[in-house]
Amino acid sequence: MTVGGRRQTLRLTLAGAALLLASPAWAHVQQGQAAGFLAGLRHPVSGLDHVLAMVAVGLWGAQLGAPGIWLLPVTFPVVMAFGGLLGLLGVALPGVELGIAASGVLLGAMVAKEARPPLWVAAALVGFFAVFHGHAHGTELPPGQSALMYSVGFVTATGALHGLGIAIGGIHRWDWGRRALRVAGLGVAGAGVFFMWGAVR
Amino acid sequence: MSRRTVALAVLAGLVFWPGIAQAHLMTTGLGPVYDGISHLFLTFDDLLPVLAMAVLAGLNGPAAGRRVLVALPLAWFAGGLAGFAARAPLLPPGVTALSFIIVGGLAALDRRLAPNVVAGLALALGLVHGWLNGAGIASAGREAMGLVGIGGAIFALTALVSAFIVSLRRPWTRVVARVAGSWTAAIGLLLLGWTLSGRG
Repeated sequence: MTVGGRRQTLRLTLAGAALLLASPAWAHVQQGQAAGFLAGLRHPVSGLDHVLAMVAVGLWGAQLGAPGIWLLPVTFPVVMAFGGLLGLLGVALPGVELGIAASGVLLGAMVAKEARPPLWVAAALVGFFAVFHGHAHGTELPPGQSALMYSVGFVTATGALHGLGIAIGGIHRWDWGRRALRVAGLGVAGAGVFFMWGAVR
Repeated sequence: MSRRTVALAVLAGLVFWPGIAQAHLMTTGLGPVYDGISHLFLTFDDLLPVLAMAVLAGLNGPAAGRRVLVALPLAWFAGGLAGFAARAPLLPPGVTALSFIIVGGLAALDRRLAPNVVAGLALALGLVHGWLNGAGIASAGREAMGLVGIGGAIFALTALVSAFIVSLRRPWTRVVARVAGSWTAAIGLLLLGWTLSGRG
């Protein structure tokens, strides 16, 4: 037998031994992990009212520039989760649907006007509306799914929507981009009015 | 009643409040050390706070990073041994969520902390999560050697992540680390809600 042949035989013997000696994997089944993550990931993007408001936060952040571009996405998830916590603890929040619709109107108006209020005002405005979004959207865990993974998916999807808004807002550096962003803001505000009409009807 | 008495009463309440073992123990078939390593990377209850702690250490500079690199794995291991010996979690279910909120929130705020304060946080985090891991390992009838795997994986992960964060120079990269902290705190808040509402 040649040297190459011996090596191949040795490899095959080792592979066979490894297969035969392998102990079975007793993987602990964590039920509902993937389903919980996917449900959390899907939930924020399943409602147009939520999507538009999240993207508008990113667009406005892009218009504001540093440090607003980062402050708003840092503020929003935490305050939104606080709203979710209130909802989970059964603390009633009046006019949740109206609050969500109003977030579309006001955030859209801010983008349309290219408003530049003091940073703390912008953060407070975004934070105020985040409570409504968290209260409405963060508490709908389907039965049998992992709460942790649902939360991870929910926060990730929300952050991704902010990121999308910031990325789109990158066109702000050009004149035509600035105009397009303002038109987009008008669109978001218009959709907010539509949602508000639905909420009060 | 003095503040100290109230604090001790709250602490005693937390310690003696019986909880259930939250640890999800993996079996790879490669032995307890590898089981421990895989446990860390497959269990978000433990992985996210470790990542957030490493980010917080990195944001606070090399001195904090070095202290956390020693404090976190050792505390996790010590807490794990104690939990293994006690064989019961003895901690309230929401304690994991609190670690997300505190460590993630501090990373999001990005306030400069003294290295010893950061190390103290790492110590507390390691003791609590290690205790839960050790109790989970004991109640599942596994070997305590799994804690070596968990501790080793935490050491490697903390070293890599905190060194990476320390190396960041551009302002926006530092903000990305803060966003990660904010997300961790947000997840912790939701998790706390689920736990307190009995659905977590």
